[in-house]
Amino acid sequence: MNKKQKKNLIRIIIATLAVIALEIFKPAGIVGLILYVAVYLVIGYDVLIKAFKGIKNKQPFDENLLMAIATLGAIALALYERSNDYREAIAVMLFYQIGEWFQSYAVSKSRKNITDLMDIAPEYANLVNEDGETEETDPEDVPVGSTILCKPGEKVPIDGIIVKGNTSVDTKALTGESVPSFLEEGNEIYSGCINLTGAIEIKTTKEYADSTVAKVLELIEEASSKKAKTEKFITRFSRVYTPTVVYLALALMLLPPTVIYFMTGNFQIGTWIYRALTFLVISCPCALVISIPLSFFAGIGCAGKHGVLIKGSNYLELLAKMKTVVFDKTGTLTKGNFTVTKIVPVYSEKEELIHLVTHLEKFSDHPVALSVMDAFDKITDECDVTEIEEIRGEGIKALVNGETALCGNRKLMDRFGISFTEATETGTILYVAVRERYMGYIVISDEIKPGVKETLAKLKRTGVNKTVMLTGDVKKTAEAVAHEVGVDEFHAELLPQDKVSIVEGLLKSRNIDKETVAFVGDGINDAPVLTLSDVGIAMGAIGSDAAIEAADVVLMDDDVRKIATALKISSKCLRIVKENIVFAIGVKVICLILGALGLANMWLAVFADVGVMVIAVLNAIRTMFVKE
Amino acid sequence: MKKTYKIDVDCAACADKMEVAASKTPGVKEASVNFMTLKMKLEFEEDADPDTVIKEVLKNCKKVESDCEIFFD
Repeated sequence: MNKKQKKNLIRIIIATLAVIALEIFKPAGIVGLILYVAVYLVIGYDVLIKAFKGIKNKQPFDENLLMAIATLGAIALALYERSNDYREAIAVMLFYQIGEWFQSYAVSKSRKNITDLMDIAPEYANLVNEDGETEETDPEDVPVGSTILCKPGEKVPIDGIIVKGNTSVDTKALTGESVPSFLEEGNEIYSGCINLTGAIEIKTTKEYADSTVAKVLELIEEASSKKAKTEKFITRFSRVYTPTVVYLALALMLLPPTVIYFMTGNFQIGTWIYRALTFLVISCPCALVISIPLSFFAGIGCAGKHGVLIKGSNYLELLAKMKTVVFDKTGTLTKGNFTVTKIVPVYSEKEELIHLVTHLEKFSDHPVALSVMDAFDKITDECDVTEIEEIRGEGIKALVNGETALCGNRKLMDRFGISFTEATETGTILYVAVRERYMGYIVISDEIKPGVKETLAKLKRTGVNKTVMLTGDVKKTAEAVAHEVGVDEFHAELLPQDKVSIVEGLLKSRNIDKETVAFVGDGINDAPVLTLSDVGIAMGAIGSDAAIEAADVVLMDDDVRKIATALKISSKCLRIVKENIVFAIGVKVICLILGALGLANMWLAVFADVGVMVIAVLNAIRTMFVKE
Repeated sequence: MKKTYKIDVDCAACADKMEVAASKTPGVKEASVNFMTLKMKLEFEEDADPDTVIKEVLKNCKKVESDCEIFFD
């Protein structure tokens, strides 16, 4: 609770107690009037001042004016009719203030929730000076190449490389990934992580302003500056709406009594003033004006909690309408690194095959060889490997324990006249032979990321009509991946400009108002497509500024599943916005009609205004809670 | 020249009013108010002095939303 909220809460309590006291003692006459007006001023002075200032600055039409007219009108009416009933005016003000207070509390609470999620800004860095002593420094003042000390529990302030120590770090704030990752000397470490277990020394590779944490913070600050259509609509709507209802209320006050006067000769303005005032209170647009922007920023906050950064509330709207999702293959649907996916011994045992391959490939630094070494355990036995010969573009030949061993592609087998059966698998095939005898092969291919298939199926279930995969890879590999993950359509052997023209084609054929085309890529070579599509989703963006800038939505970790989460959040957010619009306008219209007919009293009006507002605010807050 | 100021305002609609008022102030090229982070970003005209312009911005904002605040030194 901030100062203002505390002050208003005290005012509300005082006014409530005073109203109860007045109900008990019921002071009459001029004393009563003075006491009632005093309570009215305690609870409503700020509204009156704001309304007055609005008129003075020629910006009169807002909820303050509506409240001021309605309550002052009610007091005037009580005086005119000598009913001495000033309770309605006080009640309207009191309930309005309670509603406002509730709203303000909810807004600051949800703002705090959101900013807490983004609370990754480091306050200081422990700069290590030449004497080996540390000094707390502003991260912005740390030059590139400095050594900083990061103790357990501290935030990593600047991107760099660990030069001393090892630790596990919590990257949750950046990536939404809750499993800590272990880092040791020589590893790169990103700012914004929280150091969990060990003290480490980091040699900084960037300035603070270029570090991940600063980039992410900038992104969040920029987010929500692009407003959703619905949000803009509500602002415009209230600009027209408020003056309209004031004039309507005026008409309601003057027209019917005039007509009745000419018909019957009786001029009875009292009831009509009351009805006009009720009408004014009901029609206050606060519920929409406050709850709709709140829904959107709660949505952006919730997405942030899941490691999805959405650059503006307009993209929440576009995400919810996403009908076609285009994926880049390498690095998006697949991991983009090569791993051993299959071992096929033909004339040997599996162990023997692995044994041979590792012995030969350990002498190569070819990417394929490196992935083989990653897949198998380090060799412990002391086999004698001599006369190692690397044949470029083909493979390796060597003597293992005096016997000629070959390991490579089909060209190598052909060169040495080895008869072998060709593998049917897609990917890179490594054939193995010993003593001119074929032993078997292993398949090395790009691995499909976990959860891709489920995500695509989920997207199809939740409103996406078509999934497309684009790749520069050969058709055979593309087909295999497309089949395995279950995309509807794929295009292979594409150059970057081909990707652009395919997405352009999809953009042309969509229904522009109801459907959007999203593109998901890793930001490498596909920045133009990210920009071109309605929603550009970049993934694995940590460290890739180009992708962060080109994209509208950034998945901070490499997890494709987050796309489904983002879709779910945006759909829920838009659904809540719609609910609030229908609910608020619906209740108001019904109450307005009842009010005009004289069936609604001031108490119903108070519900239609502040009651609806509080319900709409609470509904908007639901956007913050979406599970994966 | 661009500068970011911390602000205080009660509702999103009021923040919008501030944004409009700020962008209409002479010397301000572009203004954007972020209700979520409670920050106002101003881009000043090249020959404008931010320290004097921001006072005008505050004055204009107070006109449309008396309950708002902009923090500057």
